[in-house]
Amino acid sequence: MTKRTKTFPQGGIHPKDTKLSADRPIEQAALPETAAIFLSQHIGAPAKPVVQAGDKVKAGQVIAESAGFISTHIHSSVSGTVLKFDTVMDHSGYKKSAVLIKVEGDEWLEGIDRSPEIKTEITATPDEIRQKVQQAGIVGLGGATFPSHVKLGVPDGKTAEFLLINGVECEPYLTSDHCLMLERGQEMLTGVRIALKAIGINKAMIGIEENKPDAIAHLSDLTKDDPQIEVVPLKVWYPQGGERQLVKALVNREIPPPPKGLPIDVGCVVLNVATCFAIYEAVQKSKPLVERVVTVTGKAVKRPSNFLARIGTPLAQLVEAAGGLPEGTGKIVSGGPMMGKSLPTLDVPITKGTGGIVLFPAAESKRKETVECIRCGKCVSVCPLGLEPYLMMTLADKDLLERAEQERITSCCECACCVFICPSNRPLLDHIRLGKTKVLNLMRARQKT
Amino acid sequence: MSKDRLTISLSPHTYSGFSIEKMMYGVVIALLPALAAGIYVFGFSALLITLVAVVSCVACEFLIQKYLLKVPVRALDGSAIITGMLLAFNLPSNLPLWIVVVGGIVAIGIGKMSFGGLGNNPFNPALVARVFLLISFPVQMTSWPKPFAVDGVTAATPLGILKEGVGAGTRVAALMPEMPSYMELFLGKMGGCIGEVSACALLIGFVYLLWRKVITWHIPAAMVGTVFAFTGILWLADPVKYADPVFHILTGGVMLGAIFMATDYVTSPMTKKGMVIYGVLIGVLTVLIRTFGAYPEGVSFAILIMNAFVPLINRFCKPHRFGE
Repeated sequence: MTKRTKTFPQGGIHPKDTKLSADRPIEQAALPETAAIFLSQHIGAPAKPVVQAGDKVKAGQVIAESAGFISTHIHSSVSGTVLKFDTVMDHSGYKKSAVLIKVEGDEWLEGIDRSPEIKTEITATPDEIRQKVQQAGIVGLGGATFPSHVKLGVPDGKTAEFLLINGVECEPYLTSDHCLMLERGQEMLTGVRIALKAIGINKAMIGIEENKPDAIAHLSDLTKDDPQIEVVPLKVWYPQGGERQLVKALVNREIPPPPKGLPIDVGCVVLNVATCFAIYEAVQKSKPLVERVVTVTGKAVKRPSNFLARIGTPLAQLVEAAGGLPEGTGKIVSGGPMMGKSLPTLDVPITKGTGGIVLFPAAESKRKETVECIRCGKCVSVCPLGLEPYLMMTLADKDLLERAEQERITSCCECACCVFICPSNRPLLDHIRLGKTKVLNLMRARQKT
Repeated sequence: MSKDRLTISLSPHTYSGFSIEKMMYGVVIALLPALAAGIYVFGFSALLITLVAVVSCVACEFLIQKYLLKVPVRALDGSAIITGMLLAFNLPSNLPLWIVVVGGIVAIGIGKMSFGGLGNNPFNPALVARVFLLISFPVQMTSWPKPFAVDGVTAATPLGILKEGVGAGTRVAALMPEMPSYMELFLGKMGGCIGEVSACALLIGFVYLLWRKVITWHIPAAMVGTVFAFTGILWLADPVKYADPVFHILTGGVMLGAIFMATDYVTSPMTKKGMVIYGVLIGVLTVLIRTFGAYPEGVSFAILIMNAFVPLINRFCKPHRFGE
């Protein structure tokens, strides 16, 4: 290739890949003894439970119903008996309400097609597609967990031109999307075509970083006769998997800043590859979102793996299947090392948004000593949103919230490039998060009056 | 399972490995070619002055941190070493050593620690000390040893010859035979401060800093480019009164200032746009002082004046806000 591969032009960093599980095939994880399924696994209103303790449920059965337009159904991922409703710690570290189901056998709801046959012919109408996607409980599987049926309908006054598929997986360590593209490529592409049909456009681009040449080659091969779908190799550059950076890299348009700006404002709809696969299963096979690919990895992990696991499976079980918790583990991170959350325990069930867990040895777990800011400006130069992290940290510290608002603290996407690069090991993002929350509260209070 | 020893912290959970020490020692390495050139041109005394300046800076920082401020001692993080080297590079090699020590104390004590230490000083400490010495000891600070000469022989700097000659009404062309050739200027065969004479050695350091990503090209390119353009315009307008632009960028402290002094993290702007404006204005001030001011050389003053404007530049030069 003589042409320079695309990427976004402003800011960004290149953390070490460490994709230890990239060549591991997707393995079916064993069923858990008890599945804990959260009632809210999406952005928006929590679903309303429709089962009671003692009820028998089948895999794929709705156990909580969507509570509005921006909400989705929650399904049982296993068959068995509903034990109770309880609060269970989720990936944020807070306890959230969940349904606990004792697993008995593996009986699926009738009408769900679990055969390996690939159905590529799309017969559903756009309205049927949106309905099926909502009923299947599909949310953005890249981590944001925004209900997908909302994205598949273009709001009045907006036009969609491009469907952009996020196969970037820019976080180090994680490989679940990579494996899915390799092993479920045909199904995923059918999902892309379904999404195109629902939105009513005919141009999709799949952005994949160059560190996954096999996925680029495989999907390019599968789409060579399809003028609708283009596979676009992207330079390895974090945080390219962020919506704003991906849209900029692929179609060179800038989404207006949050909280209002959305991809549709610049004519784009962005879906993750795993979401497209889930859309395929929902529409073609009537299968709701009850399982997903989860990477379990880390430098000391015996067998870094990619598991296809039921929602509600405890992390401890997956870690056990990957060779057990390594001696001297100092940190458990749900998600990637740049944006993931550290967990106090492995007794946390996987949710729709769990892409992987990374186990860090103790030596890599602690933060380094913070020293004085030397005003080197590296944080400014790596910020992909054109913000000044050093300044926002000071403003947040001093509670100068109006000034922080003027400096666009609410645009921060928390990608953590600034902390990654800082030579003084300053906890910039901790302070920015706090300031951002305070500024958002201030803005809400202002709106009320 | 070592459950009780798990670390809980907010993201990120991985780091680049950049550190202040790595960056500072990167600058020290980049300064070594210029030091070697200084020793080659002015002899052993150049090395001695540099060592005295470095030791006095580091010792001064150590004493202030340990006994006056009673804070953790970080005198060897590399920044005091850089200040010492840059101070020495801005001194003539025949300066009495006690004046060098005074310079070190002023640089660290007044220029840096009085504002709270690394990261808080508004002005470049080495330049604060140099200007302090220039004003306090004008005779010693402006007697320059002749390059490759035995002890005690002094000679004027090219800029000094220019200033005096033009001031006396001589044509620039008539002064040129007294000057070293461009190649000699580039390599460093001229009178001047220890570290400023060899543009060649300084440029080697510049390439190293760019490669190690310690600095970007913005400030040096803007500053040298502006000096070149501004003196070029003057030269084209009146070649009888003004020297040509190549002469201007190869003499005095332009290269040293552009590469190592104006790019000091603490005292330069945070954004690329701000860096360019800062570099351009230093270039303009340098030429104004050189051609219209009382001193033959103006880089130190220009940088110090622009240091004062850095907070203002930071206030108004914002990066491109994504999506706006």
